[in-house]
Amino acid sequence: MADKQASRRGTTREGFAVLGVAIRREPWIFTVSTIGSVLFGALTVADAWVLGWSTDHVVLPAYEDGEIGADMLLAVLALFLGVAILRAVGIVARRLGAGVMQYRMQAHTRRAVTRQYLALPLEWHQRHPTGQLLSNANSDVEAAWGPIAPLPMAVGTVAMMVIAVVQMFAADLVMALVGLLVFPAVIVANLAYQRLASPLMTQAQQLRAELSEVAHESFDGAMVVKTLGREGEETARFAAQAERLREVNIRAGRIRAAFDPTLAALPNVGVLVVLAVGVQRVLNGSTDPGDVVTVAYLLTIVSFPIRSIGWLLGEFPRSVVGYHRVRSVLRATGEMPYGDQRATTGRTGARLQLEELAYRYDPDQPVLEDVTFTVEPGRTVAIVGATASGKSTLTTLLARLVDPDGGRILLDGTDLRDLARGELARTVAVVPQTAFLFDDTVRGNVTLGADVTDDEVWAALRAAQAEGFVAALPDGLDARLGERGTSLSGGQRQRISLARALVRHPRLLILDDATSAVDPEVEARILEALRSGDGDGDGTDSTLVVVAYRKATIGLADEVVHLEDGRIAGRGTHAELLERSPSYARLVNAYEQHAAHADEPADDAVDDLVEETS
Amino acid sequence: MSTALDSGEEIGAIATLRRGVRYSPELTEGIGWTLVLAIIASIGQVVVPVAVQQTLDRGLNGPGGPDVSFTVLTGVGAALAIAVTSWASYAMTSRLFTASERGLATLRIKAFRHVHDLPLLTQNTERRGALVSRVTSDVDQVSQFLVFGGLLFVVSVGQVLVATIVMVVYSWQLALVVWVCFAPLFMSLRYFQRKLSDAYGTVRRQVGVMLSAISEPVVGAAVVRSYAVEARTQARIDTAVGEYQAASTRAQGFTAFSFSLGGVSAGLANAGVLIVGIWLGIEVLPTGADLTSGKVLAFAFLVTLFVGPVQMGTQILTDAQNAIAGWRRVIGILETPADLVDPGPAGRTLPRGPIDVHLDDVTFAYPGGPPVLRDVDLAIAAGTRVAVVGETGSGKSTIAKLLTRLMDPSQGAVLLDGIDVREIAQSSMRRSVVLVPQEGFLFDDTIAANVRYGRLEATEEEILASAAELGLGDWVVGLPHGLATRVGQRGEALSAGERQLVALLRAQLADPDLLVLDEATSAVDPALEMRIGRALERLMTGRTSVTIAHRLSTAESADEVVVVDRGRIVQRGPHAELVTHEGSVYAGLHASWTAQQGASR
Repeated sequence: MADKQASRRGTTREGFAVLGVAIRREPWIFTVSTIGSVLFGALTVADAWVLGWSTDHVVLPAYEDGEIGADMLLAVLALFLGVAILRAVGIVARRLGAGVMQYRMQAHTRRAVTRQYLALPLEWHQRHPTGQLLSNANSDVEAAWGPIAPLPMAVGTVAMMVIAVVQMFAADLVMALVGLLVFPAVIVANLAYQRLASPLMTQAQQLRAELSEVAHESFDGAMVVKTLGREGEETARFAAQAERLREVNIRAGRIRAAFDPTLAALPNVGVLVVLAVGVQRVLNGSTDPGDVVTVAYLLTIVSFPIRSIGWLLGEFPRSVVGYHRVRSVLRATGEMPYGDQRATTGRTGARLQLEELAYRYDPDQPVLEDVTFTVEPGRTVAIVGATASGKSTLTTLLARLVDPDGGRILLDGTDLRDLARGELARTVAVVPQTAFLFDDTVRGNVTLGADVTDDEVWAALRAAQAEGFVAALPDGLDARLGERGTSLSGGQRQRISLARALVRHPRLLILDDATSAVDPEVEARILEALRSGDGDGDGTDSTLVVVAYRKATIGLADEVVHLEDGRIAGRGTHAELLERSPSYARLVNAYEQHAAHADEPADDAVDDLVEETS
Repeated sequence: MSTALDSGEEIGAIATLRRGVRYSPELTEGIGWTLVLAIIASIGQVVVPVAVQQTLDRGLNGPGGPDVSFTVLTGVGAALAIAVTSWASYAMTSRLFTASERGLATLRIKAFRHVHDLPLLTQNTERRGALVSRVTSDVDQVSQFLVFGGLLFVVSVGQVLVATIVMVVYSWQLALVVWVCFAPLFMSLRYFQRKLSDAYGTVRRQVGVMLSAISEPVVGAAVVRSYAVEARTQARIDTAVGEYQAASTRAQGFTAFSFSLGGVSAGLANAGVLIVGIWLGIEVLPTGADLTSGKVLAFAFLVTLFVGPVQMGTQILTDAQNAIAGWRRVIGILETPADLVDPGPAGRTLPRGPIDVHLDDVTFAYPGGPPVLRDVDLAIAAGTRVAVVGETGSGKSTIAKLLTRLMDPSQGAVLLDGIDVREIAQSSMRRSVVLVPQEGFLFDDTIAANVRYGRLEATEEEILASAAELGLGDWVVGLPHGLATRVGQRGEALSAGERQLVALLRAQLADPDLLVLDEATSAVDPALEMRIGRALERLMTGRTSVTIAHRLSTAESADEVVVVDRGRIVQRGPHAELVTHEGSVYAGLHASWTAQQGASR
């Protein structure tokens, strides 16, 4: 319990520290919005003073004398309107200021976090789940700067309370003391509410996430659910989760239902007590009726904004957690050092040498060990091996997505690590097994911003056997792909991804099982085009490294490197290895069963249509 | 057949509320009492101003001098009134929370159930995310609005009415002054609302763009690095972040400005009340003493009572736009017709035992698209093993979907044991016909739970027996926790091949009479591949089976091969016979398969 309290105090302190960061970063906007808020607070109080002053100097004298001073009425109008307009200015400054500050901080942080994502090596990415990184850049950023929204209001409220208290004391000491009891009561009630409600809110948040997970899973598995007629059971599963959420929401609602009227009643009761005390004091001549009005009015208007302090404190736990998560990304270190060598350019294939290459995720389990081989310019090498033999790791090393733990890779005689930043990408293109498409047009996805003519894009698409379906898209090269664009099948995505590599005329092209989802006939055409050396239509005789499963693909290679448990188990032509190595023969013949794949996702009707019309 | 999802956009705001209530009858249960409580709770707002007025006029400035006992009586009465109205407020809020949460849970569950009946779910996989958000965040939005906004709106309207009534009772002239001062605000409300709704619409769109940009350096980390497009990616993110920031700031500006207007109206109203009040009280109605100083002052309090709810109400109207839009989207789901009508208990039941299949002159086209299948006539004798082959887009997957009644043909009929599938009760259909999809989808649960999707009441022994039948007994035993092994999200703790094994085991336990297989294409470890082959072989024994084949070996081992080309059946017969038809589609396919394998020889 003591621990809990200590941590709560700790959270409050840290929450203020996080706000401090924001205030130091945006001091001017903070100042403007705080001035706006103080202005609002002061003028809200001033409203009461104007009313009190009008009561004593205008309303009551006018009634007593039975006549109206026009100048006095004008003063009343000017005072009320002036106060109201200034207060409106205060509101705009406060609200807009808080918004500007909050959104600016969010933008700063998002940019910094994504810069970090781009700077940190792939190895760092592999250690962190995708979902976590996405929420670091989104919801954690939002949570971290959440308290900025109520901040100026809270600061203004504090100012307003100080002014109100001074006013109340100026009006009447005794009534002020009575009225002052209301403030702590409101704050205590607020804290009690936060303490009771926030665990339920957290729980509801969690249940909401789980509910969404159930729906996601159930809809993703729709084929299974539907064809086995399990809709009823799935609905029961979803309903159970929805009902848990409902019960928590109702419980949270009941607590709120109890506290809202309590919070509203406290100042009202305060006003009644002030009235009772005030009447006594007016009777014994200690105070004026105007003072009673002032104090009562102050109580009514100040008690509502006091809640904003509660809102501010309530945001702190989320904010502190979010800020810590964001900061751990910003403080992550790890960088891939680059040399200053330029890559050889030209239209010939690159020469690739691997020397005693080693790579391991953990020391006892080498993924690659003592891998040495050379690929001469323009040659095609197939990397063949069972699952987890180290093939994909090898391709990431070749593209220098990670650096080896031992040995080195030479490209035209230069160690990859000595090449300047960006040089490698001008020479080497790697096409991964899982195609990644950007939320961009077909053109953007192929060029990635490179200065390439549409003719060249079409040539690359043609070589990748993607020309047909792209031409059939409603907007052709301008058709949007990605999450919110046209949906493509796995094979179509792979072909776009291949075109992206081909349009760059790489001197070394690495295909990591990059045509696995493509129709066999189509794949054969792609490989034939690549091998004949005019795959990209310019006659570049690229050096080709292919990770392959299919025998047809392997058969096209000049040489095969057979990997087994991270080591080279054999090298030679396909025919030689078949003859020489029983384990190679077993592996390749097992794949033979697989030789004829086709890509026809059972549930992708749109695709059928596109293919049909192309 | 429609693949469109009803967005509900054409439903008007009032109609949305009406239909919303129809789908969630809990919302209006006991609404009468809740309204009575709301009225009592609203009265609570005027207790203090009235007490102040009474105390000033009759306690302090009473005709016979200050009256202490009257003051005390007023105080006690007011305190009681506060207690009663607070309780009413508690009871009302709690009832509203309960009713709306219950109603929305019902709506959510109904929508979820209906989504499973939508053809969209299995046809357009990219839209699944949108379907999830309709049963989650869209409903949450309505819930937030109903319990916070909706409640406050009702209360605010109530308070404005009560404040107006009290003002009119005190002095209709001054009440008129207040309304006149607020008239410009009310009149500009619509304009601001439209502006705000546009501004927040832009914000929501920009959030989507930004999230997608932010995901690129994370999801596409390898591609961004290997193509060295860091600068471009960052530039895209910076733009998206900047545009979101600008949109949010703009929306915030509108909110701030529209909110500040209420305060100006209030100042105007206060001044107006005092000036007109004094003028009326002294010059116009001097004798009646209708408008005492206390009344004029009480009016100042009444004006604050009026301002608060007016500001609250205008704010809520803005939120309401979003909530109504969310509600519409959920209702849109429920009003998207399910294409497949289940004849229910009235439907016919398939007899047990291998099924004979007849596609009777079937044509199928997606809405607005060209026919995918044209005049397909195909009879498959009970117990036969058929392989359907053809190029991508030939229509072979469509045959699988028609046989399992994931879709109905546009023309013609699918007959199982001579019965049109549209007349068969869905329960019988699902009992007798099982589809094993390409990717055997697994739920984040144990192997046993996943297999039980095939037969819910299956005991552990029965599952193990089925595994043994498929030759998977040792595989199951060899798993870390046997049947209790958890498969992880979407089965990711297992390899692709193991996921297929679970899918086969699931099908075996379901014990169908017609088995429709969409052959998997993903590469699998050789040893596992052998296992899958053996298990498949045993699974097909004693049943009619139709396999959408991607491999030569499958076609070779089938009793009959059906060749589909451009939506038509062009050839059928045993493999050995079809191969000999030179120049035929199958000969071409076969040549390409063998070329693939033989390229190395």
